[in-house]
Amino acid sequence: MTQQPVIEARRINKHFDGFQALSEVSLTVHQGERVVVCGPSGSGKSTLIRCFNGLEAHDGGNLIVDGREMAADSPHIRQLRQDVGMVFQQFNLFPHLTVLENLTIGPRKVRGLPRAKAEALARKYLERVRIPEQADKRPDQLSGGQQQRVAIARALCMEPRVMLFDEPTSALDPEMIGEVLDVMVDLATSGMTMVVVTHEMGFARKVADRMVFMEAGRIVEISPPEKFFSTPETGRAKLFLNQILGH
Amino acid sequence: MRRLRRTLNVPAVAVALYAAIMAGIVWASYTGAQQMGYNWQWYRVPKYFYTLTEGGIQPGEILIGLWASIRLSAAAFALATLLGAAVAMLRMSGLIVGKGVSVVYLELIRNIPLLVLLYLFYYVLGPIFGLTRWSAAILTLAVFHSALISEIFRAGINSVARGQWEAADAIGMSRAQASIYIIIPQSVRFMLPPLTGEAVHLIKSSAIVSVIAVAELTTVGRNIISDSYMSFEIWFTVAAVYLALTLVLSFGASALERRFNLN
Repeated sequence: MTQQPVIEARRINKHFDGFQALSEVSLTVHQGERVVVCGPSGSGKSTLIRCFNGLEAHDGGNLIVDGREMAADSPHIRQLRQDVGMVFQQFNLFPHLTVLENLTIGPRKVRGLPRAKAEALARKYLERVRIPEQADKRPDQLSGGQQQRVAIARALCMEPRVMLFDEPTSALDPEMIGEVLDVMVDLATSGMTMVVVTHEMGFARKVADRMVFMEAGRIVEISPPEKFFSTPETGRAKLFLNQILGH
Repeated sequence: MRRLRRTLNVPAVAVALYAAIMAGIVWASYTGAQQMGYNWQWYRVPKYFYTLTEGGIQPGEILIGLWASIRLSAAAFALATLLGAAVAMLRMSGLIVGKGVSVVYLELIRNIPLLVLLYLFYYVLGPIFGLTRWSAAILTLAVFHSALISEIFRAGINSVARGQWEAADAIGMSRAQASIYIIIPQSVRFMLPPLTGEAVHLIKSSAIVSVIAVAELTTVGRNIISDSYMSFEIWFTVAAVYLALTLVLSFGASALERRFNLN
């Protein structure tokens, strides 16, 4: 690839009160690529993608997002965040706003779009996540799966260059996981650059270009899914896959 | 024990008991007053509320005093809210100086008696800055109550989940935008009940400004008594007027809360 990578992490570190959450993590994500990050809990997956949009500030190494250095004190951090969409495990919808307002508040207040344009944008993405009929409801009137799809649409409304997903289905009841994954597969097929932290290995197999396996704050293995799932290089990854696929 | 409680909670029994207790209190006060030879003159009280003249109904001294108390409390509460918001913002600004200034302010205000604070404003700062009694009274009440109001704001802001800040950050909002559009609207319903309590508290503590002779409800009560020697009737009346004012405020606020919760 000759194009500039969307995310380029070079040996980044992150400490929390003496605990090293990330150590010397390097990862490059190119335009249009779908990367799935997995690993046991506490391995630093969430911390890594939270660094990618500056919700956590890395404290060592270089992190270049969209061609610019991402750091807590970057003057352009707000600009960068608009280009990096984030979907949270707990949805984090704004409960005092309707679904439509949840979607338009970013474009209107941050991007400065007029209301009519923002609403047209919002309705387009609600269509995309297949819940156009819920526009005027409040988040707490929706099911978990619908809420997470609204959250995906909210991130898409900022028209980001890359979408980050932090365990998007972990807080959902099992019967709602499918509808969220369908939307994500759809998004992947449309060419969106995605970094997804998830334990949904079926989804990973379907859409991932590369699998990233983390343990204890390090990237232990990066390989294409067909290789990762059949013949993982490391014993740790093999053990992890056995644990989550073995029953 | 349980049977006794059940019997006492039968509506008819409960009402009768309540009436009996209230009657007991009234009877005790009345006979106590009789024994000391107190001359009740309730019939003279209404004219302090209003008088009828050929020009129509004229408000009496108590109503004029009540209106002054309302204006005083409203002005002080508005100022206290502004001060409280400023102190809460300093406290949460993440600036060491801001935090230092606000903590010292809070500790100072909390640990000075209200009466002393009033004397400071009226007898010390008053002459220095040329404050009238009215403005010294407003400032005292505002400063005193701003301390607790700032804590109410802080607690309200902190009771909004952290994920809300993160979601606002993630769509590129500035701290100010996140506060205005996301955090503050959600924290209002946490703040409303304690703010109402503080408003009631302020109305009650506003009575203290009668010591510097600001012409509000309590001062009016004192003046009427020195004219009429009806101390029992007038103090009962003044207490009832304060009670009516704070009850109206509390009921209004709970109606407001219900609206916020429904939406």
